[in-house]
Amino acid sequence: MIDEAKKRALIEAMAAAMIGHAEELTALDQAIGDGDHGLNMKRGFEAVLADNDVIAAKPLPDALKAIGTTLVMKVGGASGPLYGTLALALAKELPADPSRDDLARALRGAIAAVKARGKSESGQKTMLDVLEPVAAALESGADPVAAANGAAEATIPLKAIRGRAAFLGDRSIGHMDPGARSSALLVAAIAGVLGGISDGG
Amino acid sequence: MSTQANGNVGIVIVSHSPDVAKGTAEMVRQMVGEEVPLAFCGGNPDGGLGTSVEAILAAIDRAWSEAGVAILVDLGGAETNSEMAIEMQPEARAGRIVVCNAPIVEGAVIAATEASGGASLEAVRRTAEELSPA
Repeated sequence: MIDEAKKRALIEAMAAAMIGHAEELTALDQAIGDGDHGLNMKRGFEAVLADNDVIAAKPLPDALKAIGTTLVMKVGGASGPLYGTLALALAKELPADPSRDDLARALRGAIAAVKARGKSESGQKTMLDVLEPVAAALESGADPVAAANGAAEATIPLKAIRGRAAFLGDRSIGHMDPGARSSALLVAAIAGVLGGISDGG
Repeated sequence: MSTQANGNVGIVIVSHSPDVAKGTAEMVRQMVGEEVPLAFCGGNPDGGLGTSVEAILAAIDRAWSEAGVAILVDLGGAETNSEMAIEMQPEARAGRIVVCNAPIVEGAVIAATEASGGASLEAVRRTAEELSPA
């Protein structure tokens, strides 16, 4: 049961992950992007955290909608609409008290929404390269955190096709995608609170 | 910078940099004049380099015209944030706002020139996009 205390803890864990790893994400983004991913995600999740009392009191779908809207408005880079769309789509797909199957199904729907927003597909060195293996892990009963971390590592040899990193072409090869890393961090933060899944990140 | 809507398509300029957005708008005003509703925004919600959906929504409001609004953007996040802002509009408006696939400065000037002659939104977009390599 994802009650108010658990929602509060989820928001705190996600915010702590983004705030705590802001410098690392920015360093990854400096290598292949415009170097603002860490700061942008930190700003977005600080705004979510500031509203934690209000958001956590809402039913899960409404809480996700509030998180998505805040990320859209506050993040400032392309990751705002992308993570915002992810949360808004999850808000539409998830019941108030979801099962693991509900999570897997909702994540598939949300991934489709992120693909449409970013005009992107898997294999292009983006957050999608983490989200899809996580959905597959949820479906198969595997550990989503291990899947996320492995998938983020697996973006290192990929060549960027979308986003700012695409300008670098072959020079984007050899660096982990910052959006893949932030996705993996968020998956680990969520799994850590929901429990029953190994630690990671 | 904005004008009240007249019959012409409005132009919105969205840059990562407040200075680029302002400078582009100044060029449009000087080269095209006051015949098109025009608004611009640049910078993230903290005022640093980046774009802000909230600021884009406000710019669309300032440049709104019943003939529609054409948005000119610089880099990736400006486009994604502009598309998000369009989706957040009431349905009656959303179908009359487009993001042009064109260079921001040249695209804004040529789009505004086309708009000042009373061209349709589609014609304004097409003219701006002729600047992009096929």
